[in-house]
Amino acid sequence: MSVVIEAKQLTSVRAGRTLFSALSLQLGAGEILHVEGPNGAGKSTLLRIIAGLLQPLEGEVWLFGQPQQHDPELWQRQTLFIGHKPAVKAELTALENLHFQTQLDGANNVDAWQLLETVGLLGLEDIPAQQLSAGQQRRIALARLWYSQAKLWILDEPFTALDTYGIELLHQRFQQHLENGGSLLLTSHQPLTWSGERLQKIRIEHNDEELVYE
Amino acid sequence: MNKASSWQLLSAVMRRDLAVALRRRSDVINPLLFVVIVVTLFPLAVGPGPDVLGRIATGVIWVAALLSSLLGSERLFRDDFLDGNLEQLVLSPAPLPFLALGKIVVHWLLSGLPLVILAPVCALLLKLPFEAWGTLMLTLLVGTPMLSAMTAVGAALTVSLGRGGALLSLLLLPLFIPLLIFAAAAVESTLVGTSAYGQVLLLAGLMLLTLTLAPLAVAAAIRVSVN
Amino acid sequence: MWKWLHPYAKGEATYRLLGLWQPWLSGLALIFVTVGLVWGLFYAPPDYQQGDSYRIIFIHVPSAMFSMGAYTGMAIAALIALVWQIRTAEWAIAAIAPVGATLTFVALFTGAVWGKPMWGTWWEWDARLTSQLILLFLYIGVLALYYAFNDARTGAKAAAILALVGVINVPIIHFSVYWWNSLHQGATITKFEKPSMPPEMLIPLLISIAGFLFLTAALITQRLRNEILKQELHRPWAMEKLGVEANDGV
Repeated sequence: MSVVIEAKQLTSVRAGRTLFSALSLQLGAGEILHVEGPNGAGKSTLLRIIAGLLQPLEGEVWLFGQPQQHDPELWQRQTLFIGHKPAVKAELTALENLHFQTQLDGANNVDAWQLLETVGLLGLEDIPAQQLSAGQQRRIALARLWYSQAKLWILDEPFTALDTYGIELLHQRFQQHLENGGSLLLTSHQPLTWSGERLQKIRIEHNDEELVYE
Repeated sequence: MNKASSWQLLSAVMRRDLAVALRRRSDVINPLLFVVIVVTLFPLAVGPGPDVLGRIATGVIWVAALLSSLLGSERLFRDDFLDGNLEQLVLSPAPLPFLALGKIVVHWLLSGLPLVILAPVCALLLKLPFEAWGTLMLTLLVGTPMLSAMTAVGAALTVSLGRGGALLSLLLLPLFIPLLIFAAAAVESTLVGTSAYGQVLLLAGLMLLTLTLAPLAVAAAIRVSVN
Repeated sequence: MWKWLHPYAKGEATYRLLGLWQPWLSGLALIFVTVGLVWGLFYAPPDYQQGDSYRIIFIHVPSAMFSMGAYTGMAIAALIALVWQIRTAEWAIAAIAPVGATLTFVALFTGAVWGKPMWGTWWEWDARLTSQLILLFLYIGVLALYYAFNDARTGAKAAAILALVGVINVPIIHFSVYWWNSLHQGATITKFEKPSMPPEMLIPLLISIAGFLFLTAALITQRLRNEILKQELHRPWAMEKLGVEANDGV
């Protein structure tokens, strides 16, 4: 199986505290990696490093067998990061948000109305996002997954604030992505419903200043 | 990344910023009202005689412009930082300095350009002799893009601090000094009847330099701030 | 354990290297500053115009020179920190900035004190004094930004960007202030540009300048050593230096 992403000996120190050191991981096409751990353990930091937002203190990240700095553009095209913050403009409506988001992602042929229907926001299109619920805002943010061409999805707590139907919808989309040879790196406090050899887990935990990786 | 799609991203960023700003008009209007109010205070403080007012008019208008650009600086990156759009800009395939320039231009359209249009009102209130109005507007036209660009550097550096207001003025005001000096001198030389050509040209040169380099600094500062 | 050694060597090696220089720089600074100042303040002849009040140049001129020099040094450190991501260079910014700010303040203060007998006022909007004042603001800005962040690394990088923006602006500010001064000045007294200084004044001045150079270097070296030690405190070698019982690996 081809290796999509590989992290080598990552060490991160934030505000004087070592979050993890010499952490390595590997993720192949069609695989999903679930990063677990208590609050503040450094899960988000790990995801942000892999997304290319943060520099690790030591170590490096490779995509398709190339280091991160080698081809930043390939990196940006082949990865999709959705963090805690939904990147939804509160002043704009759901439809406007989706419209601008597709343009920012360079997906011109995507119909924002269609997308709105897919994520179940039809009928709410002309309400400013700040008046929508947290779950509905997250749906706007996650709508990107339905047109993204990126091979690697990096999702920080994607299920937060979603209702059961939303979670089910997201699971279906993940399944499609993996079947298309995509990879998925995510954090979640919620147990993932599917299992099997495709699912890997990694746990970051502080245990008397020692780090545990499983 | 081919050029066409970089332009497309730039245009999307700019149109979205404009759309957001139009939904939050008070953020755009308040810094302009601030300038008018500051200008109104001066005659009340130093007396309405044209000899005093006319002499300090340019300085007052320009200092008010500098301060108002600090007031409006939060609009540049604060919301983008809080709602996560700033990190998405960093991850965007278009060059970040290029997108930063787009945000600077939008900021100028909504803060600098209105100030140029507002200048005659301020000049009238401060009894600036009519022959200098043109030069005043010209210095604002050439100087305010520089103001927007430098403000963007400061705003990008302090966006993650949350309490950056006072710090921002400490960082930026010393850097505004050349702008203030040359702009005031240009108007002054029109008032004494000599040509302001040299000073305006100098300002234009500084503006080009700033608009070339500031986006690079803004991009670097954004990368640091999304940490 | 071995994998800890490689990345740690850098901070430690720099610390050791600076430790070798430190006594030499301090010694030279002590000798040159003492000789320069004693000579200048007590033995050099009085100026035929200014009498004894000119003697302040033995402090004013070197501190003004190196206040500018330190800013350039800080900007070079900032460039290295940003381009090559070298942490020692980030710490150098924090090491240099307070020294530079102090030099600027000394230059400003001595300039103002000199102004009293020269112009009859403590503050004159003289081009040199004005640009020193602005330089002080620039230093304070870098320092304020450096310490504004919770994460030291973020603060260092932000301050590095500001220092680079500042160093591009310094010549422009300098030029604009001189130009502004030439516009507004009535009777010009150029107290600094003496046509030719007799050797009995020039030699102690040069010695004093050399002394301030060594002093600046010694102060920066010591501050950088402290900064390295502070930032690397979680590493074994730094703990040993401080005599702290080193817990393995933490």
